[in-house]
Amino acid sequence: MQSELRCTINGVVHAIDGFSSEPLLFFLRDKIGLRSTRYGCGQGTCGSCTVIIDGEAKMSCETITKDVSGKTIETAEVFENQHEHPLVKSFIEFQAGQCGYCLPGILMASKSLLDKKQNLSRLEIAEALDANLCRCGAHSRILDAIEKAHQLSNEKGTQ
Amino acid sequence: MKNQVPKPLLDYPKLGDWLKVTPEKKLVFFSGRVELGQGNITALLMMISDELGIEPEKISLQTARTDMTPNEGFTAGSMSIVHGGQSLRSAVATLRQQILNISASRLGVDAIELDLSSGQILQKGSFCFSIDEVLDQIDLSSEIPAGAKIKEPSQRWVQFREIDRVDLVERMTGAPFVHDMIEEGMLFGAPVHPANMYSKLLNLDVIALSKRPGVIKVVQDGSFVGVLATSQRFALEAAEWAREKSEWKEIDRKIENPISHLMSQSHDFEIVSETGDVNKNSGEWYELTVSRPYIFHGSIGPAAAVAKWENEKLTVWTHSQGVFQLRDALAGVFETAEENITVIHKAGSGCYGHNGADDAALDAAILAKEVEGIPVKVVWSRYDEFHAAPMGAAMSTKSRAHLDQDGYITAFDVEVTSVPHSSRPGTGGTPNLRSAVLIKNSKLPAKSPDVPAIRGGGAERNAVPSYEFGPVRVKKRLVHDLPFRASALRSLGAYNNVIVNEGLIDEIAHRNGEDPLAFRIKHCVDDRSKELLLRLDSETKRYKENLKESQGWGVGYARYKGISGLCAVFVNVTVDEGVVVDNVVSVSDVGEAISPDGVKNQIEGGIVQSISWTLKEAVKTDGLSTTVDSWFDYPIIKFSEIPSLNTILIERPSEKPLGAAEISQGPAGAAVSNAVRHALGVRITELPITREAIINSLLSNEI
Repeated sequence: MQSELRCTINGVVHAIDGFSSEPLLFFLRDKIGLRSTRYGCGQGTCGSCTVIIDGEAKMSCETITKDVSGKTIETAEVFENQHEHPLVKSFIEFQAGQCGYCLPGILMASKSLLDKKQNLSRLEIAEALDANLCRCGAHSRILDAIEKAHQLSNEKGTQ
Repeated sequence: MKNQVPKPLLDYPKLGDWLKVTPEKKLVFFSGRVELGQGNITALLMMISDELGIEPEKISLQTARTDMTPNEGFTAGSMSIVHGGQSLRSAVATLRQQILNISASRLGVDAIELDLSSGQILQKGSFCFSIDEVLDQIDLSSEIPAGAKIKEPSQRWVQFREIDRVDLVERMTGAPFVHDMIEEGMLFGAPVHPANMYSKLLNLDVIALSKRPGVIKVVQDGSFVGVLATSQRFALEAAEWAREKSEWKEIDRKIENPISHLMSQSHDFEIVSETGDVNKNSGEWYELTVSRPYIFHGSIGPAAAVAKWENEKLTVWTHSQGVFQLRDALAGVFETAEENITVIHKAGSGCYGHNGADDAALDAAILAKEVEGIPVKVVWSRYDEFHAAPMGAAMSTKSRAHLDQDGYITAFDVEVTSVPHSSRPGTGGTPNLRSAVLIKNSKLPAKSPDVPAIRGGGAERNAVPSYEFGPVRVKKRLVHDLPFRASALRSLGAYNNVIVNEGLIDEIAHRNGEDPLAFRIKHCVDDRSKELLLRLDSETKRYKENLKESQGWGVGYARYKGISGLCAVFVNVTVDEGVVVDNVVSVSDVGEAISPDGVKNQIEGGIVQSISWTLKEAVKTDGLSTTVDSWFDYPIIKFSEIPSLNTILIERPSEKPLGAAEISQGPAGAAVSNAVRHALGVRITELPITREAIINSLLSNEI
């Protein structure tokens, strides 16, 4: 019998088809039902499908599902009931977004960044987000929100 | 405030057209507008709750669907609040008065003694009862009087002023989009769009296609080909396979360089406005021509729709800007009565105008017709989005200004040459849906008449400068024979026209040694625009000092459509390897701002998108279709390129709301263009202002 591959998504263990070449994006959306991870280009050029894999921000359209075996994945659904998380709180405070299609990817990219690094400048945050496109032009508010969240997490971290 | 009757109220005069009371005694309001990510649901809810005196969370708003809400036309042109919101205010004022009258007779007092606040009836400030107790007595068949007395500005915004976007959190962490709809038994469709809408299918191995992984059925109708599959992934992969394997006959109408093609036209201009004889004075004339290429709407999420046929009735879920117009267009394609089709708006990725939303809806409907009773979801690929969706129109504008001996502009003459700016469903009386051209029973699009002057004009939008310049003449020449597909992109012709006019004003000011802002201020038409520009001047003085050789500043100003929101933008740029915008200061006046922060968000978005258009964006073509396959071929502004933004709003609570979403694109583009001119000493007249364009321009100026 084939040994089953597994990964952990938002704290829940899921089985993976070891033969499938399915991109993680579609596995998450269609098989697991986590549809905050969005299809934007399927070419790794827009960032709207960004998720966190073992702490790193990755585009799920370019990740093959069987390659995440044994790994831990986070999607924007982790924030669904966590409106007190510094990032969510700051995005609401700055009303950082318009249509919101790009936002889950941006939230994941920035969560990975803030979880890893301290004392980032605005430019460093912006450069880390260059792989994530926003067409509504809400960039400035998004950067305001991430900076504020970074400040909140830094304060928490030094307590 | 003087009460004009907004148009939607003329078409939908009854209270029941605008609201209903549910069995649970909840008030549900109807709007024919749709939320495109601009925040208008929140603003409309704010207007309702303010007018009635009830917490926004206690009421709900149903946005456009053809079986329920008023038909308010397209949600476009910064008109949601101006028309839609003001209509709702009149309806809500009528409701409020009814509630007060019913309560008064129940209490045996005069209605004038009562007040309605937080959903409660108050008599001299004391609580009497909740409005829930009288909602079942509302007469929904009553007419909204033409003079429905809405609140005075002084009575407004006592409560519920700072409201967060009601839909933001779900958009951040949930699945609210039409792309996310899922139903038991749903199938997933994908069209095989050829490079050009007029291509004819020559050869495709349909049997091989039907054997691709996950494919349930291949649908072919004339040159339309689509697949139905068990998942979105399989549908997209099969369509991509088919596209690569198929052969098409292309039309014989290549236009290699759209801008040169526009410039080489010689047919007559049509005079679209003239306020006197521009040639009556002899004197010095100045002239400037600027062109912009085709640009993409560039939604981050591709077009998508869900469709289902049952007993010859079609239901479509779409992110279209006009559900009624889409319904009528679909009825035309399927040759059925409009009442057989229901179109329901569902959230999509920001569209910025007429993108592929309506086309994807037809694709879904064609595919769903093959599988009775089964919902079919179509999500376009990125290839489709960059090849099949309408683009923002290419255009060129030449402006001439006459300067008198006292240094005043005393005549202004504009010639606009452009592809029509609108080919929305129904424009010109045809469906204007892409696959409608491909199917056997082909429905070709009519020549677009462009947007009429009464709706702000299309190509000529804002060709009339927002200043006192004496006689102004605007001439327009539409060019129809390009093989590309164009339709409304935010601000239509205003973007290019404002860049040209503001550029010409700048050139004249520079040559006469006048400060560009002071030169504008002395030509202001009224105190409102003067206050705006003076404020911009005082807020930006420090940004004009100590500039390096490679730096410059520029301003741009316009009143959108001549009668809507006013916006003035200042930018600093550094021109080095390319152009970097360092700072942006904007001052805007949109009359009454319903949600001041929402207005600022819209203005900022317009500025940033306009900077991206101006510095980066041009659709590359092979003369027949675009050659853009991914975002790598069509770079847009990135996070690290975002300038600091200072967005100032002059609030005028006692004025009419004027709309906000499209007021800043023209002024921002003009400010960037003028700042580059200031830094370089040379003006780039073919947008976008890329590094390449700058080098070419410097080289040709040296010769």
